Amino acid sequence: MSLLELDQLEKSYGTVSALSGLSLSVPSGCLYGLLGPNGAGKTTALRILATLLAPDQGRVVVAGVDALQEPRTVRQLMGYVAQEVAIDKILTGRELLALQGDLYHLPRQDRNHRIDQLVDRMSMGDWIDRRCGTYSGGMRRRLDLASGLLHQPQLLVLDEPTVGLDIESRAVIWEVLRDLRDQGTTILLSSHYLEEVEALADRMAIIDAGRVIAEGAPEALKRELGGDRVTLRVREFSDQPEAERVRQLLEVVDGVRRIVINRAQGYSLNLVVDGEHVLAALKQRLASEAFEVFSLSQSRPSLDDVYLQATGRTLMDAELAVAGQRDPKQERRQSMR
Amino acid sequence: MTSPALGTNPSNSDNGSAIAELLQETFALTRRLFLQLQRRPSTLVAGVLQPLIWLVLFGALFSRAPEGLLPGGMSYGRFLGAGVIVFTAFSAALNAGLPVMFDREFGFLNRLLVAPLRSRSSIVLASVIYITTLSLVQSLAIMLTASLLGYGWPGAAGLLLVMVTLLLLVFAVTALSLGLAFALPGHIELIAVIFVANLPLLFASTALAPLSFMPPWLGWLASLNPLTFAIEPIRAAYAGPLDLSSVLLEAPYGSVTGTTCLLVLTLLTAALFLLIRPLLNRKLA
Repeated sequence: MSLLELDQLEKSYGTVSALSGLSLSVPSGCLYGLLGPNGAGKTTALRILATLLAPDQGRVVVAGVDALQEPRTVRQLMGYVAQEVAIDKILTGRELLALQGDLYHLPRQDRNHRIDQLVDRMSMGDWIDRRCGTYSGGMRRRLDLASGLLHQPQLLVLDEPTVGLDIESRAVIWEVLRDLRDQGTTILLSSHYLEEVEALADRMAIIDAGRVIAEGAPEALKRELGGDRVTLRVREFSDQPEAERVRQLLEVVDGVRRIVINRAQGYSLNLVVDGEHVLAALKQRLASEAFEVFSLSQSRPSLDDVYLQATGRTLMDAELAVAGQRDPKQERRQSMR
Repeated sequence: MTSPALGTNPSNSDNGSAIAELLQETFALTRRLFLQLQRRPSTLVAGVLQPLIWLVLFGALFSRAPEGLLPGGMSYGRFLGAGVIVFTAFSAALNAGLPVMFDREFGFLNRLLVAPLRSRSSIVLASVIYITTLSLVQSLAIMLTASLLGYGWPGAAGLLLVMVTLLLLVFAVTALSLGLAFALPGHIELIAVIFVANLPLLFASTALAPLSFMPPWLGWLASLNPLTFAIEPIRAAYAGPLDLSSVLLEAPYGSVTGTTCLLVLTLLTAALFLLIRPLLNRKLA
């Protein structure tokens, strides 16, 4: 049973298309990761879900409620933690949470009780009674997470929850998210950190250019991709002719699917092979031509490989490609009412 | 797990009536604005200090003006008092849009819009309550200081008229400023508009000099200026017994009574709120 359905969402800013037919289904009680480089449309999708932005086309349904028809009901069901933490620097954390509680119409006693609980859970200690302007990025994020959780939403939506955070805050947030999921809260988070999605998500979708290009449990996605990754060096620093020779030699070995020469890594060879049993054949073949094995490492496919397979580039390359194109001024205008 | 439960609790909304919820959110939003003021009182202080300086300096500048120059043989200080009181309230209300603009720019407004507010007019309402209180407090401070400086004090009925007049003006200007806060792209533009609007509106009114001193074109401007319609009833309230039907202004287009002044201000307020309503509806949709 899915708690959240995004159906064929379309959104353009002028001539720039941010979402082109994005569909997503998040099962109830699932911690769902949305992976994609900056500029893929993650934030736009989440802002539409948070009822801050109207899609040009498409439907959003949360717990059976149409978010475009009944936004107020959906707001009540959902906690939204935006990427840019907007806090009132002059208020204390507690005052900000109290304000938040009143906006969600919590009775005063419940509100104060909840605040105490969350302060404890987020390990915020004395900080809660200091002004938000003095907070570190990590403390702000904790406060923001607390404010998203104050009204005990069924669905928690987080946009890049740990981007640029210190390790301790990141650990606190990860742990809180896992606990929440274990207690039945459905969580949707976006991230461009592979390891974050890998560590947290039960299911995930890879988003590229405004649509979902791969979807499933991270383990399943990696399994579907199949094959093992092997990195091979015959010398610490090879040269191109040698690498080419080795490639030709190994290409014909049964069970080798693909070989790429990695120039950046001293002409090492990256192989995709059917399984561990191929390794012995590789070694044998090398020995027959009097090549030594300087190093050989084998690994299961990673999410980065999944991403590479789905988009034809690594996540880092995708990040670099958009890094120069972003226009912060334009983005601020888009998020401003 | 030893930490408190963070589990899901689907139903905490519809217990309590819509009005109670509206009051709760409006009160919370208003409280935030007053907390800001309490911790950053410079707005309040500057808002009293500036008109006070006007009162002292301008009052001194013309203190030796020949007697009988002003209508009714009023001293310049007394004449100026009403203008400065109105100017105080006007300046304060003109800034009403600034906190809203900052909330727009820094994304705090989005935080409010993500919440299931009973009505988003509570955001506007909180601003109106805050700025009305602030400008009335500032005006009262100026009135008290002026009375200590010997510029007089209106009677009980007069005080009521002063407050009603100021309230109408503050509502109108607040509406205008809130409208600008949603229409303009950023706080730089808003501050520029406030800066440009402020002094000319003061000069082109009867705050500093009576209509009879002005060349015809300025007289026309001044007698169309909403500030004039606020200044004249207050000046009358200070001058003596209250009579709203008496003529307060001999405008180029005819005589203006106290009642007319209040009526104009009321219509202006209503018109401005109607004017900004579609904009607010769109921006807060």
